[in-house]
Formats: sequence, structure tokens, C-alpha cells
Amino acid sequence: MTGHTATIPTNRRVMTRKVRKAIASVLVTGLTLTVLFAFLIPMVYGIVTALKTDSQFSKIGAPWWPASEAQYEYEGRYYDIYLVPIGDELHTWALVDKGRTVSYFVDPRDPEAGLIEWEGQWRQLERAWGVDPQWGNFSEAWNTIDFPQLLTNTLVYAGVTTFGAVSSAALVAYGFARFRIPKKNVLFILMLSTVFLPGAVTLIPTYFVWNELGLVGTWWPLIIPAFFSWGTNVFLLRQFFLTIPRELDEAAMIDGAGPFRIFFTIIVPQSTSALTAVALFHFFYAWNDFFGPLIYLAGNPDKFPITVGLTAFNNLYSQSTNLIQAASLVSSIIPVLIFFFAQRAFMQGVVITGVEK
Amino acid sequence: MAVLSRSNRERVRERPPRGKMTLLQKKEARWGLMFLSPWLIGFLAFYILPMLASFWFSLLDFNPAVPDQATYIGFENWTRALVIDQEVRLSFIRTLKFAAISLPVGLLFALFLAVLLNSKNVIGTNLYRTLFYMPSMIPVVATVLIWNGVLNEQTGWINVFIQNLTGIQATGTQGLRWLADPRLVYYAYTMFGLWGVGPAMIIFLAGLQGVPTELYEAAEIDGASWVQRLARITIPMITPVIFYQLVLGVIGSLQYFLAPFVLNRGTGFPEGMTRFYMVYFYKQSFTFFNMGYGATLAWLMFLVALVLTVVLFGTAKYWVFYAAEEK
Repeated sequence: MTGHTATIPTNRRVMTRKVRKAIASVLVTGLTLTVLFAFLIPMVYGIVTALKTDSQFSKIGAPWWPASEAQYEYEGRYYDIYLVPIGDELHTWALVDKGRTVSYFVDPRDPEAGLIEWEGQWRQLERAWGVDPQWGNFSEAWNTIDFPQLLTNTLVYAGVTTFGAVSSAALVAYGFARFRIPKKNVLFILMLSTVFLPGAVTLIPTYFVWNELGLVGTWWPLIIPAFFSWGTNVFLLRQFFLTIPRELDEAAMIDGAGPFRIFFTIIVPQSTSALTAVALFHFFYAWNDFFGPLIYLAGNPDKFPITVGLTAFNNLYSQSTNLIQAASLVSSIIPVLIFFFAQRAFMQGVVITGVEK
Repeated sequence: MAVLSRSNRERVRERPPRGKMTLLQKKEARWGLMFLSPWLIGFLAFYILPMLASFWFSLLDFNPAVPDQATYIGFENWTRALVIDQEVRLSFIRTLKFAAISLPVGLLFALFLAVLLNSKNVIGTNLYRTLFYMPSMIPVVATVLIWNGVLNEQTGWINVFIQNLTGIQATGTQGLRWLADPRLVYYAYTMFGLWGVGPAMIIFLAGLQGVPTELYEAAEIDGASWVQRLARITIPMITPVIFYQLVLGVIGSLQYFLAPFVLNRGTGFPEGMTRFYMVYFYKQSFTFFNMGYGATLAWLMFLVALVLTVVLFGTAKYWVFYAAEEK
């Protein structure tokens, strides 16, 4: 008896535990999905809106999906389709002959039956809408905003500065990770503190000097600083270089390798994941950069990157909601695609810079 | 903090017995400085000298179109910014008000997502992580334009949803005018900000995964509830990460510029509510080209950022828990 009473509660406890775990799973997953759904609604809105016709925004009774007012071709002419209530039923008929009190319709599903007489005021009928995505909006946005130019500008800017940022940060990080330098700690803390410095405080004299050099209105003020290494990137690479065993350096040194040989043959090949992360960081940063190009390229629309071009487009075409959504989506495609393919290296980099500091 | 202790050890090693560097050490230091030179040059050319020059500019009445007419006016710009020009104070207050909403909401949302994705009860964590991160990759200008559409008072889906779900009149001029109503505009801007939750979420998630499981096991044996574990173990253990995000967030908020500029070209619409400090700085410096005054505003921002950072670091010892130090 005692054995019996002891086992039953245990079984029950195992059962309830499993059930409770299942319920928790369903609840937490459901909550996550709900939040995710709400979080991504604007994205769906953007895509759907980008595919709408111009006229759909102002029409009352227009559906939320990309649609146009449906028409039907009957005996060589196009007629508008209306929703005609007869009794409890709602017919989708094409209005062929408009009359004040009596109108004639044709049923698109049964045109052979000929004209149908209907008594009532056709003006009070609602139009029928048919799915009609305007893929042309994307090409229209593409051409109006001159995307090929903006994309080339952005790609060149992002590509060149990424090269500069990664190579300079790698050299500096190597210096911090491997050499005994007097006052190295002070220098390192100074470097980290630049991460927190508001950019505005250095902006005006820098702008003034570039202006004196006649380079405002060119890409140079945006490109050159990238070759002098930024704090976050150096920090990330230094942390990574410190994990590479020094024995590898020492072995190469015994073989007569100098610091540059060690850097290129040992450090760089061992750190491809960290270097990729920094390259991605900088690429996305450059793709997103707004304030710098806005100031240095003002008045030179042929040199604009996507962000500034998109802003100018929004100012000119603020009424064309569909084109603005299309242009916004097009400008996001490249970074989002790269992210999907390289997210592992990228997120690791985010974690290193964010957690260890 | 691991950074410091490591370098302390190095420093001990660095000191040669008689306080002089050997030839070999000199050579090593020279090589090291050579590798640091890109940063050293950049630090001087793009940080130190411009900062000093910026302070000098703040003492001038200066327009780059007529650089010859620059005149030294002492601290006139500073008195103007601190005493005479009310817009400086007002734009700073607006910036703080907005930050007081957007920063806590943003951090709590990131933390909420991280706790959710760290839960063993969620199926398909990696997929959610990617999808929650994805909007952070969209250029912020595009984010602002997409949200500008979805928050449109007439056709935006947010109002349409609210209206259809609750029956409250949300669309139209009598409805929720997210971007035109001074009472709502900061919340609307805060919503755009949520699309940049990715990095903070990932960093919090990594912080959560770094909490030693023994702590949870011990707590479970003591019969601690989920809420107790969250409040007594999880949150304290990741305070260093929260602290870092908070400091970056405060400094980022001071420089908030993009959304008001993209949406209304810095006019401050509605009712000046979005003329934030950085917007005002931009106007003075690059619309009116009052660069002397602009430099003053920039230095003022730097000083405020410095004070806020120092204050935050000062409070850190009361609430930030550095377990790593004791290792």
C-alpha cells in the first residue's frame, strides 16, 4: 500500500510537469509570435503600399491590398464592374448602360445571357475591386530617383571606406595587442573614449578645413577619415587578436619573420571572422550614413548616397506614398540580403563590442 | 574590466629593473607606435585639434563664406547660448523629454525580447532573432519613411487597426494624429526607434546567456519564482551590459537628428516639438552658417555629454554589478 501511494503522486507530478512545460511553450511562443507580428506590420504595410495604384489612396471603400477598380470587356468596350445587391445576394456585374432609374448590366460570368435590367440608382452602388499589384511602381521609383546613380555612389563610398576602416583598424589593433608601448593603457582608454564623443564637437573646424581645401562637395571628407581607424573597430579586433596564441608569433619570429610578416601570415589569416564582422559593421554604417553626406555633399545631387537621395525624393514626391514606400524598400534590399547571409559573423561582432567593454 | 587587469600585469612586466628601456624594448615600442600611427594621426587630426579649434571658433563671430571678417568676440557666443537665446534651453529640454520616453522604452523592449528569446520555452529562437534584428539593417531614412506611412492618420494601418479592433475613431483629423499632435509625436518617434532594437537585443541576449546556470539551479532549489529569479539574478547579473547601453543611448539621444530632419526638414513640426538640440545646432551651423555660434552649441553639447557620462559612471557603483572583477 505504501509503495502504491508513493508512486502515484510521482507519476502525476511527472505528468503535470510535462503538461505545464507544454503549456508554457505554447504561451511563450505565442507571445513571441504576436510581438513579432506587430513588430513587422510596418514592413508588410510598406510592401503592400508600394504595390498600390495612385488612385487607391483617395478612394473611399478601397481595400487594404493592392487593387484597382475592376472592369470588364464586353463587345469591344470596357465597362466598370459594380456590386449589385439583389435580395440577399451581391452580384458583381458590369454596368453597360447607365440610366437615372433603370440601368443595364452584364454578368461577366455569363455574358451570353445578354443585358440585365436593374432598377435603382447606379451611383449608389459600390465598385468591385480586383487584385492589381503595380510592380511598375518599383521601376518608376527606380527611374525617378535615379537609383543606378545613388547605388553606385553608395557602393563606392561603402566599399572604399570599408577597406580603409578594416585595414587601419587591423594595424592599430595589432599594435595594441602585441607590442609593449609606454603608456599603452592611457592611449587605449583615450581611444575608447572617442567612441563616446559627440561628433558635433569636432565638426565645424573639420568642415572649415575641408572647405578651405576646396573639398566640400566631394567624397574626400567622408572617405579620408575612415583610413585613420575608429575606436569600436579597433577594440573588437584587439580583443580577437589577444585570443590568438603568442606562440604562433614567436615561432614565426624564430624563423626570422618581422612584425609585418607576422601580421599578414599569422594574425590576418587567423582572424577572418573578426575582420568580416568589422567589414560588415562599417559597410552597414556607410550605407546608413546620413549626417556626413548631408553636410559635405549639400547641393551636389549627383554625388548623393541613397540615404540623402531618398530624403530629397521624399521632399519632392511626398504625395506619392506608393513610390516612397517602393524607394524605401529598394534602398533596404542590399543591406538586408547581406545580413541574412552573414548574420552569424555580424552578430558575434556586435556581442564582442557590446558585452566585453 | 578584464582589460585593465591584463594590462596591469603587462605593466609589471614592462618595467625593466633599472627603470630604463633596453634596446630590444625600444625597438619593440617603435614598431608598436608605427602600427598605432594611423590612430595616433587620426586622433590628433580628427579629434584633438578640431576640438581645440572648435573651442577657439566659439569665441569668434564667424561665417565660412567670409572668413576674413571673422572677429574675436570673447564669450559673447556663450552668453548668447546660455542666457539670451531661449531656443537653446528649449531645444535641450525637448531632447531630454524625448529621451526620457524613447530611451527606457527602447531598452526595456530590447530586454523584453532578449528574455523572451532566451526562454527555453520558445520554439525556433534563431528565426525570431533574425527577424527581430532584420529591421535594424534597413537604412534609418527608409525606416522613418516606412513608419511615416504606417502612422499616417488617414491611411496608415496603425490607426485602421486601432479603429477596427476597438471601435474608437482613430483615423482622420479627429483621430490619432501621430506625427501632427504635439502630445503624440514623441511616442511616434519612439516607435520608429524600436526598429533599431537589434544590437541591444543581441547584446542583452549574450549577457543573459552568460549568467552562470548554477545561480538559477540554486535559486530553484530555494523555491524562487520566475519573477524573483528575473529580479534577483538575471537583471543584476547583466547590469554592466545595461549600463553600457544606457551610456551609449544617452549620448545618442543628445544627437538625435535624423527623423525630424527627414520628416519635416527641421521645422520643428508640430509646434516646435521636434526642434531638438542637434536640429537647432544644424540650423545655426549649416543653414545660417553661424559657425562661431554653432561651435559654441557643439561644445555645450560636449560638456553636457561629459557631465551626464560622469554622473552615470558615478551612479554605477550603486547599481552596476561587476562579477568579473572578483574572478
